[in-house]
Amino acid sequence: METGLILVVGMLYAAAIYSMLRRSTVRLALGLVLLGSATNLALFTTNKVTRSLPPLLPKGGAPVGPLADPVPQSFILTAIVINFGMLALLLVLVHLAERTVGSDEMKHLNTEVPPPSAPGE
Amino acid sequence: MKNVLILPVLIPLAAAAIGLLLPSRAGPRRALALAATAALTAVAAGLLHTVWREGVQVLRVGGWEAPVGITLAADLLSAMMVLLSGTMGLLCVVYSAGSLEERQEAGAHYPLVLVMLAGVCGSFLTADLFNLFVWFELMLVASFVLLALEAERERLEACLKYMTLSLLGSALFLIALALLYAVGGSLNLADLAMRLPGTKQPPLATAAAMLLLAVFGLKAAAFPFSFWLPASYHTPPVVVTALFSALLTKVGVYALFRTFPLLFSGDPGLTQPVILGMAVLSMLVGVTGAVVQYDLRRLLSFEIISQVGYLLAGLGLSTRAALAAAIAYWVHYVCAKSALFFVTGALERVTGTHHLGKMGGLSRTHPLLGLLFLVPALSLAGMPPFSGFFAKMALLRAALRAEMWGVAGVGAAVGLLTLYILIKVWREVFWKTPPQEAQGPSGPAAMLGPCVVLALLMVGLGLGARPLFVLSDAAAGQLLDRDTYIHAVLGGDT
Repeated sequence: METGLILVVGMLYAAAIYSMLRRSTVRLALGLVLLGSATNLALFTTNKVTRSLPPLLPKGGAPVGPLADPVPQSFILTAIVINFGMLALLLVLVHLAERTVGSDEMKHLNTEVPPPSAPGE
Repeated sequence: MKNVLILPVLIPLAAAAIGLLLPSRAGPRRALALAATAALTAVAAGLLHTVWREGVQVLRVGGWEAPVGITLAADLLSAMMVLLSGTMGLLCVVYSAGSLEERQEAGAHYPLVLVMLAGVCGSFLTADLFNLFVWFELMLVASFVLLALEAERERLEACLKYMTLSLLGSALFLIALALLYAVGGSLNLADLAMRLPGTKQPPLATAAAMLLLAVFGLKAAAFPFSFWLPASYHTPPVVVTALFSALLTKVGVYALFRTFPLLFSGDPGLTQPVILGMAVLSMLVGVTGAVVQYDLRRLLSFEIISQVGYLLAGLGLSTRAALAAAIAYWVHYVCAKSALFFVTGALERVTGTHHLGKMGGLSRTHPLLGLLFLVPALSLAGMPPFSGFFAKMALLRAALRAEMWGVAGVGAAVGLLTLYILIKVWREVFWKTPPQEAQGPSGPAAMLGPCVVLALLMVGLGLGARPLFVLSDAAAGQLLDRDTYIHAVLGGDT
């Protein structure tokens, strides 16, 4: 189970990095989505993936079997929410960029190298 | 009265929420932001006083015990940083009132600044790595929007770069947290500090340490992770850049100061040389980048990288004297850098450009601006009698005492280069014959006021350097005294 998850995480990272390296803002956003998911899955995997009971105790009693660790899951939950918010913001930004430049090509957005005739601003 | 610990987060957050509800006119929003940042500064001063007298303050949010619940803790370094952030926030709000247009002020500017302040203060006060992640994200979201507000093409590109790098950093941070949790079984800083030395998997802990170094280095813009900063900091309104340089990169540095002495002091053989290497290269790369720049804001952005190098050098040396010097340097540097950005804004207002080649002759027409530029510039370069001199000298002396000749040599050389750069700026802006005679007024009092305050602060910290050094020394002592922090955070049951 863990091996499978690790492989999935690896593939997600590969896909994320591949699409982030394409020169397109939409793909950049997609890559960041994949990156976030891969990270959440990695976070999930570091805590052993086993069959265990939900971390709830019967009233006044001792646990019946092995209990799941709730902490990583709450981490992931928080991370997913944050990631989702960031994604929404990123998509707005990508949309804005596309509307301003008229394409999702990074090179059309590139203002780093000013044309030689107009130095400065 | 430990509830006071939550106030530095609560005040700006509440004010931001109220601010968004107010009618979108400049006046009420500005007044609210002023009141909130002033209150934040006052609370932070009170907090620093309490921590100074009574030691580390801890608040267990909701009454849950430490390793499980959310814990806020303030030692001297946290309290100093909260106070510094509050002061800078206040000055930036005053400066915004002078430098932004009414339309911008009526928009989301002030609420965003306040949300960012809340995130920054939360990062300073949290005693838990996962909460640090959450505060980081809060602060980053606000900074993304501040950067992207009314963005035109150049700013959109900067924002995309900044956001991509930040999100990458967040992903790395989560992985580091996953590793640490797998190794230590906790993310509470004090709890981790107790568990890490006895871990069965030191390589994983080292991997986590290196990942954290990368993440915080990215936020702090230290050398191999620094190139996003000059690519994005030159585009927003100058007050936003000043705020970012005063707060955002410093949160990264703070996270390094918080985590490394506490968590990874058992493995200095690996982390210290790496940090020192990052520090030396940051100083060099930043300053060489700044030498060739003729765009004033980019030049100052590169300067941020080289100054962050000094702070990291203090961390890398990791002796009490070095840490104390770095903390003192930190305070001085935040003041000096913000002052320089503020003056840059006024210069842009006068000349209508931030390209050095198009400025000139201001020493005759605007002598006050010249004076206001000169004080932080000389302070940044480490000239007596300003605050920078003592801080830099203490840092170099600590490096010499630790027999790190290379670090001390590079520190001194970079100081000289910084002086050279600022002389270059001085010559271009103030002495050269101006290319065009378009000279506006110096800008309103709300713009010059913060510059004056900061200049006076730098002179004050230079002539009366002793209290700052006593405070930094005590803060450094607390950083190295792991047991007290652990005991304070975990409570009586340890």
